[in-house]
Amino acid sequence: MKTMENFLAGSGIKLKSLVKYIIMLCISAALLFPVVYMLANSFMSSSEVMENYSAVSGAAVEEGRTPGITFSLIPEKVSFMQYYNVLLRKPRFLFMFWNSVMVTVPIMLGQIVVATMAAYAFAKLKFPFSDKIFYIYIIVMMMPYQVTLVPNYIILDRTNLIGSYWSIILPGVFSTFGVFLLRQFMINIPDDYCEAAKIDGAGYWKSLTSILLPQCKGAIASLAILVFIDNWNMVEQPLVFLKDETMHPLSIFLSRINSEDIGIAFACGILYMFPTLLIFLYGENYFIEGIELSGIK
Amino acid sequence: MTVLQTKLKTRQSIAGFIFALPSLAGFALFFAIPFAISIYYCFTQGIGGIEFVGFQNFIDLFHSNSFLLASKNTIIFNAISVPAIIILSFLLSLLLNSRIKGLPVFRSFFILPLVIPVASVILVWNILFNEYGVINSILIKFGFAGNIDWIKSDQSMWVLVLLYLWKNCGYNVILFLAGLSNIPKEYYESARMDGAGPLACIKNITIPFLIPTGFFVLMMSIVNSFKVFREAYLLAGSYPSLKIYMLQHFMNNNFMNLSYQRLTTAALIMAVVIALLVFIVFKIEARFGRSI
Repeated sequence: MKTMENFLAGSGIKLKSLVKYIIMLCISAALLFPVVYMLANSFMSSSEVMENYSAVSGAAVEEGRTPGITFSLIPEKVSFMQYYNVLLRKPRFLFMFWNSVMVTVPIMLGQIVVATMAAYAFAKLKFPFSDKIFYIYIIVMMMPYQVTLVPNYIILDRTNLIGSYWSIILPGVFSTFGVFLLRQFMINIPDDYCEAAKIDGAGYWKSLTSILLPQCKGAIASLAILVFIDNWNMVEQPLVFLKDETMHPLSIFLSRINSEDIGIAFACGILYMFPTLLIFLYGENYFIEGIELSGIK
Repeated sequence: MTVLQTKLKTRQSIAGFIFALPSLAGFALFFAIPFAISIYYCFTQGIGGIEFVGFQNFIDLFHSNSFLLASKNTIIFNAISVPAIIILSFLLSLLLNSRIKGLPVFRSFFILPLVIPVASVILVWNILFNEYGVINSILIKFGFAGNIDWIKSDQSMWVLVLLYLWKNCGYNVILFLAGLSNIPKEYYESARMDGAGPLACIKNITIPFLIPTGFFVLMMSIVNSFKVFREAYLLAGSYPSLKIYMLQHFMNNNFMNLSYQRLTTAALIMAVVIALLVFIVFKIEARFGRSI
């Protein structure tokens, strides 16, 4: 923990640590900026937002005014109109919110169960060709979604799943990312723990649930958060597989709102962020611990 | 090996196979088997894939300007953004690794960009880089000509690189920080006693020790660099500026136009290239000690 500080021993420590803090503060500001900005603007009235961001929505061009952007962090008058409009006057928003939950939560839970079992097998038990298969898993994990688009389409078409939520949930559950992340973590847990459990007569299932799982809490939490965020934000899959627009998740709705109805875009964004922020705040320590341990050996 | 050990070994393999079975079955059904089927498309032409045409699709693809452009852009984007993010996050992790007050708070900030929904990021990015956006009005204040529509201009690649760095840097910093905290402090102490300067310490102790973490960071950075398509798509649509027309755009558009053969051929080429890349990374990594 002392590397940098050791180098700084001697003169000039104060100045250097001041510079360090300034750099960190600037970076933090840059990272925090979008959230603060969204939050501040969500309390503007819809008309103020439309006025300020006419260049983004393209509304000004239609109305024959010069488009422009007025950057502002403080609303002229604090107003809850955006939230009121989104929550009470746009029933579509709540429906789509629920659609997002219907898709994201099953993927998250399913992937955790499937990936935990598979990671245990790949990390600790091994079976013929397990290393080779895992190599293929990694390659598939690295591929952009578009590469698996046609393969996905072929199988979903043959199984008549297109148009239902299963067409999105099932490929999501079997994504290889979870297996990769958890195996990476389990492989660092000494074999002795499992051996000891076996001598005590514990079966494989027992040694997974009572020896490995308690040590993997952080990894599973970080997997849960990463999978949740990734799927909460999905854009490609619903556009391809869900023809019925009333089934579309919120991410699709939100990606259009910037141009269609910017007057409520900020409040929508904040409400949309809410579940991820909540999960993040609740599991933050596990999350960071899980990320940390996945990368070291 | 005694008979008992062999028996145990077999039992363990069987158990392993059973535990992996749900994942293997799903993987086979949704990825491996359909992918194998889709390879068949690469060698056919016509709707439904009736006529067998050998390597014609591959030849056509390598003569297609949009495919070549998309490949070029994808390679350029990766070649810029992946090294940039690794260097940047390494330097930031060195900075954070010193005993800095409020480290946990800074760490949380670093993760935050991952949590913010893509659509909100896009909105903010639009406000910043729009023709009438914040960046341009700042430029005008300082007397520059601030009339570039960044997202549609030749500079769009940099807007995307910036977005990628902003979003994924924190994740890598946390990975590196964990790697740094695992390096025994004694090494630095004895190096300093031998008169090694700060840079020598970084070069001879920090970097060699961080190489396993570095490989993991590299893999994740590549995965995330392909995911930036989502942002690019929402910022600029299906046909963005020629500088950020990526392979993902190419494949997506061919899917929408029902040119499945072109898409699968491009997908197969990309899969082979990625497989080679992973293979090379693994070979190099094996020399340094495994982390994956």
